[in-house]
Amino acid sequence: MMENAVNIKINGFDYQVPAGSTILEAAHMVGIEIPTLCYLKEINAIGACRICVVEVKGARSLVAACVFPVNEGMEIFTNTPKVIEARKTTLELILSTHKKECLSCVRSGSCELQKLCKDYGIEDENTYKGDFVNYAIDSSATHMYRDNEKCILCRRCVAVCDKLQSVSVIGANARGFDTHIGSAFEYGLGDVACVSCGQCITACPTGALAERDDTQKVFDAINDPEKHVVVQTAPAVRVGLGEEFGYEMGSIVTGKMVSALKMLGFDGVFDTNFAADLTIMEEATEFLGRLNKGENLPLITSCSPGWIKFCEHYYPEFIPNLSSCKSPQGMFGSVAKTFYAEKMGIDPKDIFVVSVMPCTAKKFEAERTDHSAVAGLADIDASITVRELARMIRKAGINFRAIPDAEFDSPFGLASGAGTIFGATGGVMEAALRTAYEVVTGNELEDFAAFSAVRGVEGVKEATYNLNGTEVKVAVASGLANAKKVLEMVKSGEKKYDFIEIMACPGGCVNGGGQPIVPASVANFTDVRAERAKGLYKDDENLPLRKSHLNPDVKAVYDEFFGEPGSHKAHQILHTGYVERKKY
Amino acid sequence: MVKKISTIPFKGTPEQKAQLDAVIAECKGDKSQLMHVMQEAQGIYGYLPREVQVMIAEGMDVPLEKVYGVATFYAQFSLSPKGEYDISVCLGTACYVKGAQQLTDKISELLGIEPGECTADGKFSLEECRCIGACGLAPVFTVNGEVYGKVTADDVPGILAKYMN
Repeated sequence: MMENAVNIKINGFDYQVPAGSTILEAAHMVGIEIPTLCYLKEINAIGACRICVVEVKGARSLVAACVFPVNEGMEIFTNTPKVIEARKTTLELILSTHKKECLSCVRSGSCELQKLCKDYGIEDENTYKGDFVNYAIDSSATHMYRDNEKCILCRRCVAVCDKLQSVSVIGANARGFDTHIGSAFEYGLGDVACVSCGQCITACPTGALAERDDTQKVFDAINDPEKHVVVQTAPAVRVGLGEEFGYEMGSIVTGKMVSALKMLGFDGVFDTNFAADLTIMEEATEFLGRLNKGENLPLITSCSPGWIKFCEHYYPEFIPNLSSCKSPQGMFGSVAKTFYAEKMGIDPKDIFVVSVMPCTAKKFEAERTDHSAVAGLADIDASITVRELARMIRKAGINFRAIPDAEFDSPFGLASGAGTIFGATGGVMEAALRTAYEVVTGNELEDFAAFSAVRGVEGVKEATYNLNGTEVKVAVASGLANAKKVLEMVKSGEKKYDFIEIMACPGGCVNGGGQPIVPASVANFTDVRAERAKGLYKDDENLPLRKSHLNPDVKAVYDEFFGEPGSHKAHQILHTGYVERKKY
Repeated sequence: MVKKISTIPFKGTPEQKAQLDAVIAECKGDKSQLMHVMQEAQGIYGYLPREVQVMIAEGMDVPLEKVYGVATFYAQFSLSPKGEYDISVCLGTACYVKGAQQLTDKISELLGIEPGECTADGKFSLEECRCIGACGLAPVFTVNGEVYGKVTADDVPGILAKYMN
């Protein structure tokens, strides 16, 4: 007998489920799936869309399973004709104001509305004909667009923007039939203080929100004989991409990914993990420098462009605390257009750098040309998401599951496990500590568990480490609402840290806005962040090289080009600056 | 109906700002008072332009989009200032059946504004209102409270001409 359990009946069968569960959760536990559209666990439980309705004996009307708690003796029916009919009608009503261009829609195949229409056997898409509000597509933002004609007003995007990210630049405007998702005073997303994280895109059940597609730009570059096209893949891409091709969540597909990129025709396939190692060299040096001088502490990481934009809009007073290091994406682009161009004897303007990122804010970062390594040239020419790479692979007819593994190219092909774990919250901190420990103490770090307190999906993590007698207080935050909490505590003096890692997306890049879409039916019952992070930590464990400063490719770049970490040349090429941006 | 956002430049005075600041100071820290603050602000400024909504958002520590969401949800909030002459067309049942819609259409046509809007020179604003209790005079409209009853669309130009200069 379960403690705090209640006895219920679902579809005539007896079950015992934990008290306090919703009908949706209880049904899931016993193998019955109830469809949802607006519900996102712990984020959006508003019972608005009415797709999850079920019959409860004694209740006057159908109830919303996503918010209705079970109680002792409850009798629930999840698939009676009345329930099925109600769900079908709801779908038909949604379709009456939905732009039904499913053949060309970016979300065809991953659309939750499309799937439900199929599951419920909608025979006529136009059962209800009536008014249709026309909206212009908002493509004012660098990283994405919004097509309100495909919006079903589930408000999942609004909830993630507000609750997870505390950015809150989108909401429901007007009322009744005119209700639409937008920003204050109907400004475009590019004109408000949106941070470009893309969490709204991965939360969207339909094709109303999508990244700006840059795949054609990449195909064009590959097909341009004048261009030497190189590509880099971020740490979290190798653990995300597989899902697009039916691999289990958390699968590492590095070899096949590299193979596919070579088959797509890139002239060089490199690992952003190499650049992550480079970042650690620069950032650990920067940190130890600031720690010695006691200035601009806490140092706050700068890898996450969504976080950077958040800081610039909402917490400009922390700009001096930001690491001046470019993100790994930026560092790779900078090295490609300087060191690599020189080494290969190619004019930097003929090098086209593509990055594959689990991120939409990287598109915004790529267009910040104020600190280019080569004046007048962008460090990154195109930044695409994991979803876009999958699109390219499919378009090129590459059978991802069938191709053999391949290895990254030299000279930026070797990377440490420290670089790999950049993709999970706490990873940058752990990577930096591995290097800082060895640099400061001169001892070899053998116990990799020493810094594992910063691992895990919790929104805010803290630890204190002793580096050769100096106590170092660190904090790790992921999800901007958590970042806000940490920053407010630092501001009020309640907490004092030396080093803070902040990732815009909850769980870090593994859960980035550019990762494959996980339908709510899966995300509501799986910790996507934890599953994908597991893959990265396993990858780290299996790698022979696990510390950034031992990466031979990184050493070579310093020996042949930069001299040493933090050198003048390194500062010119690998570091950047930030600007205050307006909040309104 | 989607509310029209006025493009007329904001002309708030320091006195108005001081009044709003006082209201916000009273409600600070209690986000449930947002509606109240917005009502007071509309009382002070006559409408809720962007500048005022930003003051409220900052003062109440709520996102601007939330303020705007509330402002566009409730009919009582206006995003357009009242003109020097505020025209209200009664849309009560009696006025409606006697042709109030034609009055609104005619006024709209003459002034180039839709209900809920204000002319660019700030002279006229137009709104539709609920029954004002003058059903015997239907259809009725008012200009700054002055009642015009039993009017037809053809009477409208003559009436408005009185306020034109």
